[in-house]
Amino acid sequence: MTTTSIQLDRQGRLLHFLTTEGLSRRHLTEILDTAESLRGVAERRVKKLPTLHGKTVVNLFFEASTRTRTTFELAAKRLSADVLNLNIATSSAVKGESLLDTLRNIEAMQCDMFVVRHEQSGAAEFIARHVKPHIAVLNAGDGRHAHPTQAMLDVFTIRRHKPDFPSLRVAIVGDILHSRVARSLIHALSILGAGEIRVIAPCTLLPAQVESLGVQVFHLPEQGLRDVDVIVMLRLQRERMEGALLPSEQEFFQRYGLTEDRLALAKPDALVMHPGPINRGVEIDSRVADGARSVILEQVTNGIAVRMAIMSITLGNHARPDGEIA
Amino acid sequence: MHILIQGGRVIDPAHQFDAVTDVFVAVGRIAGLGQRPAGFKAERVIDASGHIVCPGLIDLCARLREPGLEHKATIASETRAAAAGGITTLVCPPDTDPVIDEPAVVELIRRRAKAAGHARVLTLGALTHRLRGERLAEMAALKEAGCVGVGDGGRPITNTRVLRRALEYAATFDLTVFLTPLDPELSHGLAHEGQVSTRLGLPGILAAAETGIIARDLELIRDIGVRVHFGRLSCARSVELVARAQAEGLPVSADAAIHHLHLTENDLLGFDSECHVRPPLRSQRDRDALRAGVSNGTLGALCSDHQPHESDAKCGPLGDTEPGISGLDTLLGLSLRLARDHGWPLMTLIERLSWGPARILGLPSGHLGVGAPADLCIFDPDASWRLAASHLRSRGQNSPFIGWELQGRVTHTLFDGELVYAYEA
Amino acid sequence: MGDTELLIDAMAGQLRDLLTERGIADPVLVGIHTGGVWIAERLRQRLGITAPLGQLDVSFYRDDFSRVGVNPHIRPSELPFDIEGRHLVLVDDVLNTGRTVRAALNELFDYGRPASVLLAVLVDRGGRQLPIEANVVGTRMNPPDNQNVQLNGPDPLQLTFQTSS
Repeated sequence: MTTTSIQLDRQGRLLHFLTTEGLSRRHLTEILDTAESLRGVAERRVKKLPTLHGKTVVNLFFEASTRTRTTFELAAKRLSADVLNLNIATSSAVKGESLLDTLRNIEAMQCDMFVVRHEQSGAAEFIARHVKPHIAVLNAGDGRHAHPTQAMLDVFTIRRHKPDFPSLRVAIVGDILHSRVARSLIHALSILGAGEIRVIAPCTLLPAQVESLGVQVFHLPEQGLRDVDVIVMLRLQRERMEGALLPSEQEFFQRYGLTEDRLALAKPDALVMHPGPINRGVEIDSRVADGARSVILEQVTNGIAVRMAIMSITLGNHARPDGEIA
Repeated sequence: MHILIQGGRVIDPAHQFDAVTDVFVAVGRIAGLGQRPAGFKAERVIDASGHIVCPGLIDLCARLREPGLEHKATIASETRAAAAGGITTLVCPPDTDPVIDEPAVVELIRRRAKAAGHARVLTLGALTHRLRGERLAEMAALKEAGCVGVGDGGRPITNTRVLRRALEYAATFDLTVFLTPLDPELSHGLAHEGQVSTRLGLPGILAAAETGIIARDLELIRDIGVRVHFGRLSCARSVELVARAQAEGLPVSADAAIHHLHLTENDLLGFDSECHVRPPLRSQRDRDALRAGVSNGTLGALCSDHQPHESDAKCGPLGDTEPGISGLDTLLGLSLRLARDHGWPLMTLIERLSWGPARILGLPSGHLGVGAPADLCIFDPDASWRLAASHLRSRGQNSPFIGWELQGRVTHTLFDGELVYAYEA
Repeated sequence: MGDTELLIDAMAGQLRDLLTERGIADPVLVGIHTGGVWIAERLRQRLGITAPLGQLDVSFYRDDFSRVGVNPHIRPSELPFDIEGRHLVLVDDVLNTGRTVRAALNELFDYGRPASVLLAVLVDRGGRQLPIEANVVGTRMNPPDNQNVQLNGPDPLQLTFQTSS
């Protein structure tokens, strides 16, 4: 059984949201359309919908992240759900309960949804395989494998500006090797029929045989950014210097950073995106991050609507009597 | 006890013997083949008609977890499982706790195995003290205590100066050195570095982590002239390197774990921790090359690479689990399935499981000549059955082959002339 | 069935009278997707109302969300005016149990506090499970429970009746 198949019930409806890989265009479009409906909630007097009233959403974060956890919490609360935040230390020195025991304990508290972030690839799937059938599992990021809600908010943002996916050239720049955002986004763009997906990175930051994901590889932004419609800059982590993957942040900015000059290579109306948090002067020049083509802040806003949509859809599918839980 | 094994198809690779005949066992030895020896009075008769009678399997690498990790398994539990799988000799690598770098540990294992009485347990001594890769272990004492070779126990020596001296010292005492071909700096990963690791976002282990070390070690062997055995090859290029070295006449042998001949990186899709092993499961091309290597004899032995684990060790996201498969119960069944699916002669397959390992270890067993120790495996080659968890006798239930169809069923196992296992339907 | 347009004429007449009676000069029409919106558009034309039309999709407010899940054909709610202190006319095609109207009222009040809400429906088919009544009704009928009454459109508008087994 693959990750894709355990996400779906026998009618092919989403029970969990673990990865964008292997989903149909219909699945993704349903999420995007629902998110569009939900986008207006933030502008209303009462920024809430009663949809998940009485449901409990648990943020199970084995890897600390205040910003992602906050957006999930906000999304759940805007749907009137109750939210429980659990930050669980995973350093082997502090290793206590097994993951399975942790799950069982939380299940005993009558929860309906787990939002999981973990440093190991495959963790969200492991949890989905082991939870009780009525619980929905959302992957908030597992190791390098997937960050599907981020990918959805990225394509949602793109769709709001440039809805014709087959005509789009999208470039993803930076540490592809370690990026779950990149992997999920590449799958989502493929499924939506994006014209061309490019990855731009030095060899040290590209995973083995990355072309097999359906991308074109460029080692230099001077070639890779030409005529693209969307540029997605990935965050560079400091540890990469220690792992002998890069010499310095300065050199990375020199050769790969998104400056105004590099941006000028792309289409005049190209979108500038970043999953955040941004490292100014490392991946991206401040003037570009704050410039007219940047939709970075819009991504954050959209992130709440997209997560609200995914929560509504998955929890809604769980309760359907005619939907057999696979 | 005088035991007569009647009417079985006797396959003895050492003598290239393949015929239906009787085997006479007395006083722990093969007393006769075909002709009843003088003074032989069968106290027990085993009807082996329709079955194969071959030398008891010799498993070049089985972790019995004792001493040190008794919560995973014990010598008693694992040798019992071995006997049910037709395995009469197991080789225990030195990475126990404490490490096999002192005669006392060798003796402890020997005594425990003898007390259990299910199978022969041979030990490999450590190359370096505590397997730390710094100081040499007392290899002469270890040999005298009974070690059949020395090795790195899965912890390769990274300091090449120490490695060179360890090889030279072992050669002094005519010890075969069992090496793990792995560059620790290139193997901080969970899966074969390739398409699957990229898709799953798992840190990868390059093929060069193995092939590079083999190439380097072969150069050392050429200069030093020590007998080396590379354990658990996983790459196509590794097989090529070993074949070329053997053609040159270098004293090199190698084996593969049976699971590497069945599974590939694709079996990791879905993050199945039962497929989390080291070295990792590699590409189809690698698997096919390993099969060819076993078939043509470059890889002189097939082993189980038995690593039983308690369920917690395998229950979690893949990166949080321990590598290893519990392989004793399935070694024969998976091997026969391979032979069946690829048309390998039984003689060849049985050689890789008995005579081949015996020669690598320099043992007097692994064959059915008159006077040899009476270690025998009798199995029904036509039985085909689905593996269930309840069939696993090892304490370790960690096998990705549950649900698989296996070929062949052991009906009797004789160890040292004693019947240590008989199949009950 | 040109009859549907005739029913809407009747509704328009009732509504005009009711608005006059209550002294409501500047009402706002809000249609419940999808049929209610079609009817609200026509009422707006017939009554010459200038205020823009509001549209509600009540999926997220349904009390049977956990049994039905998210409607895959969702359209966002749109209220292009400030609700505060306005007189609203909520329009739907078929009034049955009353649950859809309850959901619509909940949603409207999450946008703001209207001065009043009137309910106008094309068909009142009875079967109420909540204490809700329409102020303006095109036609009343009492079909058997297994008969589904549906408005098809947008042009021409046509009421259909389907019996489910």
